[in-house]
Amino acid sequence: MSDMSAKPNLSAGVQTAGGIGTAPASHTEHGEHAHHDEHEHHEQHWLWKYVFSQDHKVIGKQFLITGIFWAIIGGTLSSLFRLQLGWPEGTMEWLTPVLGKWIEGGKLNPEFYLALVTMHGTIMVFFVLTAGLSGTFSNFLIPLQVGARDMASGFMNMLSYWFFFLSSIIMFMSLFLETGPAASGWTIYPPLSALPQAIPGSGMGMTMWLVSMAFFIVSQLLGGVNYVTTVINLRTRGMSMSKLPLTIWAFFLTAILGILSFPVLFSAVLLLVFDRSFGTSFFLSDIYIAGQALPNQGGSPVLFQHLFWFLGHPEVYIVIMPAMGMVSEVLATNARKPIFGYRAMIGSLIGISLLSFVVWAHHMFVTGMNPFLGSVFMFLTLIIAVPSGVKVFNWLATLWRGNIRFTTAMMFSIGFVSLFISGGLTGIILGNATLDIQMHNTYFVVAHFHLVMGSAAFFGLFAGVYHWFPKMFGRMMDEKLGYVHFWLTFAGVYLVFLPMHYVGIAGFPRRYYAWTGFDSFSQFADLNKFISTAAIFAFFAQFIFIFNFFYSIWRGRRATENPWNSNTLEWTTPVVPGHGNWPGEIPAVYRWPYDYSKPGAEADFIPQNVPYSQTQSSNLPYEQELAD
Amino acid sequence: MSTLVIIAVLVLLLVVFGLLFRLQILSSIFSGSFTRDIGMSNSVNAVLMLVFLVGGGSWFAYSFVENYGKMNPPIASVHGHHMETMFWTTMAVIGVAFAITQTLLFVYAYKYQYKEGRRAYFFSHNNKIEVIWTIIPAIVMASLIFAGWKAWTRITGPAPKDSVVVELMGKQFNWLVRYPGRDLKLGVINYRLIDASNDFGIDLNDQASQDDFTTTEIHVPKGHPVLFKIRSRDVLHAVYMPNFRVQMYAVPGMPTRFWFTPTTSTDEMRAKLGNPKFNYELACNQVCGKSHYAMKATVIVDEPDDYQNWFASQKSFASLNPDLVASFKKKAIEGTPKPAVAAEGKETTPAPLANASF
Repeated sequence: MSDMSAKPNLSAGVQTAGGIGTAPASHTEHGEHAHHDEHEHHEQHWLWKYVFSQDHKVIGKQFLITGIFWAIIGGTLSSLFRLQLGWPEGTMEWLTPVLGKWIEGGKLNPEFYLALVTMHGTIMVFFVLTAGLSGTFSNFLIPLQVGARDMASGFMNMLSYWFFFLSSIIMFMSLFLETGPAASGWTIYPPLSALPQAIPGSGMGMTMWLVSMAFFIVSQLLGGVNYVTTVINLRTRGMSMSKLPLTIWAFFLTAILGILSFPVLFSAVLLLVFDRSFGTSFFLSDIYIAGQALPNQGGSPVLFQHLFWFLGHPEVYIVIMPAMGMVSEVLATNARKPIFGYRAMIGSLIGISLLSFVVWAHHMFVTGMNPFLGSVFMFLTLIIAVPSGVKVFNWLATLWRGNIRFTTAMMFSIGFVSLFISGGLTGIILGNATLDIQMHNTYFVVAHFHLVMGSAAFFGLFAGVYHWFPKMFGRMMDEKLGYVHFWLTFAGVYLVFLPMHYVGIAGFPRRYYAWTGFDSFSQFADLNKFISTAAIFAFFAQFIFIFNFFYSIWRGRRATENPWNSNTLEWTTPVVPGHGNWPGEIPAVYRWPYDYSKPGAEADFIPQNVPYSQTQSSNLPYEQELAD
Repeated sequence: MSTLVIIAVLVLLLVVFGLLFRLQILSSIFSGSFTRDIGMSNSVNAVLMLVFLVGGGSWFAYSFVENYGKMNPPIASVHGHHMETMFWTTMAVIGVAFAITQTLLFVYAYKYQYKEGRRAYFFSHNNKIEVIWTIIPAIVMASLIFAGWKAWTRITGPAPKDSVVVELMGKQFNWLVRYPGRDLKLGVINYRLIDASNDFGIDLNDQASQDDFTTTEIHVPKGHPVLFKIRSRDVLHAVYMPNFRVQMYAVPGMPTRFWFTPTTSTDEMRAKLGNPKFNYELACNQVCGKSHYAMKATVIVDEPDDYQNWFASQKSFASLNPDLVASFKKKAIEGTPKPAVAAEGKETTPAPLANASF
């Protein structure tokens, strides 16, 4: 369809996007403009249409495809270190053509092993599950679901992607450094991350990590400010906050979390750069390394942990909340039932968002922090189980007496709920300071967060892609392949992470290159082989998705405007909406998005843009008043 | 050659997969299910949900029982037993929640699968239910918080006055161990004094450091509180002893501590486990570089008498390094300004060994 501006129109496009929020009149104006553009379609240069586009939908797809690229890299890294963990005595000679000097005599270099886990964590948390998940769907869905022509600032939105792209390039290049990429864990705790003498990865690799992360934070903030502004200002007529789909509530709160917490990571990154390059002592003190006493005194490594986790903990909610929102939407649509407890769902999202800012130090119970703080943070942390529980119960109640259509998106949503329960519950163990003494930094932690925020967020991502693919590309993904992908992944994830808890309870530390040196940990040789096999198997199952995704973009079955019979506004657009989203006027909104299977209604869904006056037979008493 | 064969087989598999996929699409177009909204696959998936619940649940139960024996490191400290009880109690609580919610999820998925002509029940909210499932978890959490908080305060509270003091210093990539000697006072250390002959950076001009001794193995007496004073001289490390349920970071520039009471001697544990080679292990549990995974120390829990004997037989660091002592004396006489003193050394004065209740 149409895009709004060829090269000469670029600045005009900015103005138009900026003008959207100010006057309703400009909606129609812009709509006609977009309509008019259809005829000039051929004059558009591909560079402005697909690359430096200001269309939120194109930007969303850019985030998605970059995210898929990163997920393949991140998954490959995990397969490499799982090979090492499963078969620590085995030879990796056959990987020499790929890894070169990182294989010495058939053995993986232990420092490179640390680089692998570091980059796996960094890539998955930031580049895939923050940018790839929230970046994709916040961009794609916010304007479509609130009824806006585009983001508040299309230009800033474009910048947000290109800062992410720049950050990606730098991070990707760091993989090929002579001294290896950053290798001090994705949490980059100093002094290890500050001192190249301590580990070679803390040289150029760490510098590039920090620079890349600085750009990443800029990208997040540009995106976040845009999302918040769009949701507040650009909602269509009738779209009050209490009529927003839960997806939008989730994206909105996620953006607020990002805006408030990423700057703190930025400050930590900045101070660490100072310590590394300009001789300051924010995080360094009393260090003797490589035969030399360093001059730094008075710094505190624990300070860094506070700064890091002040982002780091909200970050896990930044990862999971968009998934929660999309899953709520998909569950309601495919159960053909209203989401149960819409207001409770919003309330629990707000509760989780608020609490997420005051639980960060549960990552630090045994790092030498004052034990009194430990008590406080244990209290606040365990409370977060309550709103999380409310969400789970509401999802279950949504399924109850539904009429469930198992689309692939629906299956991934059910999978999400299952994984969120399994992973969330073990958080009750880890949030307890007493039990964390034993569990801290063991595979129990690894299993916990891979289920609750890693796999669950991935399932939310898959649910989102399968569900909104028709709106993104105008075609359907293949359902049969989707089912195979779901069942292999679902089984795979459980086969990997449930046994990992056993290893963790026994106390096996994370980030260990090998467990062979300790009698206590060696007893799990078989289990480690099993986990590694399952992990590599589950990783390869993802290529089914990748094939399905790219195949369906060009060869998939053609979609209709509203293939899932869904209520939200994006399904009122043309099959492939052009820039500006609606060819005519933006539809007004009259009702909440969850009028599914309403008694008295003919169809089992009533879209948001249908006024009550047209649904006399199904109106509830108070709705009838609105109709009259 | 074998690589070529493997690649050829993979390519062949991909081709077969592609053909099957194509065939599947063509046949579904032919049968009409290609454009049908809800077909057979819906009920197949619903059944699979149930199969997953039963099959997956059974596998989980089986593998859990199978591995249960291995996953509990034998406990050898007083607070470790409390923690163990709390851990498995909490596991039971979350196990119940796990079983209920997962069962409901998959059973609902199966039971409420799409049926032609049926309508979903329009049920949008019920405040009473919301309140119930907010309050019940809140009460459960409150009791868990209370139990956790009580244990946490006890474990992290001040060490008993008569604790045996051991200083552990983490460095890339091993643990240094120092005991206060007969005076029960750890001498002052300073990281600027560290060199090849003085790993700890002990200030040998300090009177309290004269009888300090260093070892490679950590010896502690059974049934007696032990206070670990923990330091690091380069990057973060963590003292982690799964058997004692002890973990604390070693932080450069900030001494940390952890105290516990061992309940079982190494010999007793060897007899109990029927493993004559068993040793209590201390692992580094905060990534610290290349050999992080091999940064290990051995802890020996002795009977109190054996411990006394072992303690008495140790030679002080000063007596083993006369040259070093001489060079410190020389520096002091020459009037070199004394290096800045780390306060920690003098902070705690353990009660004399005679008072210790062995």
